[in-house]
This record gives sequence, C-alpha cells and structure tokens, in this order.
Amino acid sequence: MQKIFFTIVSNQVVADKTYRLELGCSQDIAIKPGQFVNIAIDGKYLRRPISVSDATNRSLLLYYKVVGEGTKLMSEMNPGQQLEILTELGTGFDSAKCRNSALLVGGGLGTAPLYMLCKELLSQGKKVTVVLGFNKASEVILEEEYKALGAELLIATMDGSVGVKGFTTDAINQYNPEFDFFYTCGPMPMMRALCAALPTSGEASLEERMGCGAGYCYGCTIQTTKGPKRVCADGPVFDKEDLIW
Amino acid sequence: MVNKNLSVSLCGCTLPNPIVPASGTFGFGLELADALDLNKIGGISLKGTTRDARFGNPTPRIAECTGGLINSVGLQNPGIDVLVEEKVPALRKIYHNAIIANISGFSIEEYAHCCEKAAACEGIDILEVNISCPNVHGGGLAFGTSAEAAAQVTKAVKAVSGKKPVFIKLSPNVTDIVSIAKACEDAGADGLTLVNTFLGMRIDIARRKPIVANRMGGFSGPAIFPIAVRMVNQVSKACSIPVMGCGGVSRAEDVIEMMMAGATAVQVGAENLRNPMVCPEIVDALPELMDRLGINDLNEIIGII
Repeated sequence: MQKIFFTIVSNQVVADKTYRLELGCSQDIAIKPGQFVNIAIDGKYLRRPISVSDATNRSLLLYYKVVGEGTKLMSEMNPGQQLEILTELGTGFDSAKCRNSALLVGGGLGTAPLYMLCKELLSQGKKVTVVLGFNKASEVILEEEYKALGAELLIATMDGSVGVKGFTTDAINQYNPEFDFFYTCGPMPMMRALCAALPTSGEASLEERMGCGAGYCYGCTIQTTKGPKRVCADGPVFDKEDLIW
Repeated sequence: MVNKNLSVSLCGCTLPNPIVPASGTFGFGLELADALDLNKIGGISLKGTTRDARFGNPTPRIAECTGGLINSVGLQNPGIDVLVEEKVPALRKIYHNAIIANISGFSIEEYAHCCEKAAACEGIDILEVNISCPNVHGGGLAFGTSAEAAAQVTKAVKAVSGKKPVFIKLSPNVTDIVSIAKACEDAGADGLTLVNTFLGMRIDIARRKPIVANRMGGFSGPAIFPIAVRMVNQVSKACSIPVMGCGGVSRAEDVIEMMMAGATAVQVGAENLRNPMVCPEIVDALPELMDRLGINDLNEIIGII
C-alpha cells in the first residue's frame, strides 16, 4: 500500500452514468489485475474504493458509476485536479490458475477490472473469451477496447439491444466457449449463477461496503468455507469454492 | 528549534510519544507493518479481544456520516489464546513501544479470564478493558453504563492482572461519565481511556432500511471531538489516575488540545480508517507545532485547563 497524489488526466462520461477516469502520478506503482485503489474525496469522510481497469507504473485507468453522493462528487472533478489515493490494495486475480483458455465474465461495471486481467492472460499466450453483460445498449463500456486486445468477445443485454438477449449465462450457453478456468466480476446474483452453472473452477471479485479498505478495521468481513475473510485484503477476489452465497 | 520532549509515562510505562491508535482501528498492528514505520507510534491498542473467537456482525458493518462513520463490526476477533500466543509475540518482534491489549467480555468471568491471560503475556504492557459490552447476565445493559457494574469489572480484572496497569475504557453513552470514572478509580483502576464510540444510526432513505446490518453502531470521527474533550476534561479533574483521551482526534492540534484537557496519552481512532498513515504523520508534525505554541515538553501541558 502506498499513499500517492495523482493528477486527473481526464474524467469523461462514456456510458449511462458511467465515467472513465484517467490518472497520472510521478512515483512508481505496481498494480496487479483485480486490485483496487481507495480515493479521498473532498467533503466525504471515507475514501471511495474503485477497482482498477488498467494501469502502468505511473498511471491508472478507472471506471465508476454515479450511484451516490461520493461518486457524484467524483463526476464533477476536472483534469489537473489532484487526488490523494491509496494504491495497490487487495488480492487480485491469479492468472496462473488458468492453464490454456480463460472465460472472463463481467456484469455492468464489473467489466472494467477484467480488462487488465485479459491483457495479462493474452500476454501469457492463453486463449481468452470475454462475456460482458449489461442491462441495455446505453450502459455498454469497453466493447472496442476488448476487441482491440484480440479477445473473443460476446455481449449480452437484458433488453436485447446489443448482442444476445438475456444474461451472461445465456450468451455462454449459446456460444459454448472453451475454457479451463473462469474469472468473474459483477453483480452478486450474476456471479452466484455463474459459479453454480460453470463446470470449472474460477475466481469471483466481490464488492462490500468498506471502512479502511486495507485490512485493519475488519469492516468488510464475510464468512467463507475457510473462515472469516476480509473482502478488502484477503479479497476482493476469492476462489469459487471458498464462497458461501 | 530546541529538542522537544514528546515522551509521556502511563503508570510507569514510558511511551516515546503520546500517540496511540485506538482499539479496532489498527487491527493487531501487523496488518500495517509493511505500510508504515510502526515504531514511530508511542503505543498500539490492539483489536478488542474476547475469550472465544468471534465472527462479529453481518455486513454492512460501516456507515459513512458527516464528520465520521458508524461501525458495527461486532468484536470480530480470534480469541484471547490466539492474541497472546500468536498476535502479540509477532508484533513484539517488530514493535518496541507500548503494546496495549484491549479486552472485552460479556460477563465478569470472561473479563477476568481474558485479563489473566493477557497479564501473563510477556509482550503486553498495558491492559485496556472495554466496558461498553452488554452484560449477558445483566439484561444486556452495557457494564459501562452503571457505576456498580463498572466497578465490579474493575475489581475482577485488578484481582488477576498482577503488575500490569489496567485502564478502563469508558462508554460516553451515559448520563454522568464522571461518576462511572470515579467508581472505576475507587475500584482500583490504574488509568482510564475515554471515550468509546457514541451509539448512532443511519438509514438508507431510498431502500428504507438501516445502513448497517445490525441497525445501530458506534459513531466516531471528528464530529465527536468536542464532546470527547469535554468528557476528558471533566473526568481528569475529578480523578487522579492518568487518562488516555480518545474521540475524533485527527491532527497534531487535536492532540495538544486533548492533552491540555487532561489526557496523558491520546488515541487516534476513526481517522486511521481514512488515513492509515495518520499516526506517524501526527508524531512528525508535533515538534513544529509545539515550537509554534512555545511548548518544549508535552508533560508541561497535561491538564492545564
């Protein structure tokens, strides 16, 4: 964990209530896929934990949706503004658990953190199928970015306005992609359904209301098959087998 | 700038500075060992520990508020045996200042059992007894809300604590905190920590439900600072044992204010949750602030108000 000042490079709306926030800093960071950052916001007591979509050693790319007062304040921030951020938080995805071919399933904003994992898996020479689920066309993000990486891409929307009509599981059933391990991030009902339906092992990235975001306040503990675990530090990524739904 | 003396003494235990992260806001110290230099901090009050391991309350356990937050973690902890056999020895290896074990219980017997084990643990310097827990044999009323129950706990833990100083951590959710403080002093307490969190509640108006799963929780943060200063001042005037001041402290200025009110050491709680580095940052900021205020030794200002 490091506490670093970042400068906003851009902060733009890219879909329905969904923003893309690009940040730069002048000291080295080392983010792994599935990790998150915790952002201090003027006027709010607690930081806002946001998953990292992509990163270099001096930059961060985040996606967030305006759902409350904190994210509303974030949407009003301008390029050039400084943000104090705790970085390199949480235990992310383990790309080594996939042998040859991976299935990545993202729902809504959960599509964002899978992007960096997708890049890592592809760089290891693995085959990647990405399934993204949204409610409707106006919520779709990252479609072009995933395509540009060269991953196989399937999209499902609840209203059928883009891709397969229905859930991500409907798209998976229809196209029957080949995979030996899956990774998922998105709404709990989606991840629960996936973990039950998919035959292989997998990892799921959870969300929980957090206090410190770094493992010492025990505000986000969940019960797992391996005992109490902190979503912020032991997770947010957990093995499918460890989760009690 | 002349050399500033930041060291203070709590019942014969010398702390290099008065800054102590409050129980529950700093884990067992180990969680933050890689993120900051623990040895900059005067003492660490460890996460509250009970006889048996506890999972605590369901999530959400945290609700943000203006000027603070509500927590209802529910005393998640691995139990006293893990504390004395694993957590404290591991922390002692890397941390040289005061280790304060925070003990909770749901009966007099549980407090005594845990304090006896903590007192026998070499690495622990001070016992801090959280009496804000509900008494399961007393209709669920918190021990700390009655002078009689607070005194009973104090007597029971003093009987088994040997030479280790015992600080009783007081609840602010009472009509007259001074009478409870005096009851603890009369029962043999070596010191007092005050205050614990204020019982609070937030409601999600869109979902029409309490935000924390347990409905209510403890409110802490800068918003409670003036109340904590007032209580520390009242208690330290009425008692002659040392006080660790706690409640809403977030910067070096607050530390000076709390000490002027009567605190010998100052605990930092909620602020750790938004800034894990705040304790060492305060320690670093103190000498310059003392210089600006014409203070050479922090002991000069304890209880001057």
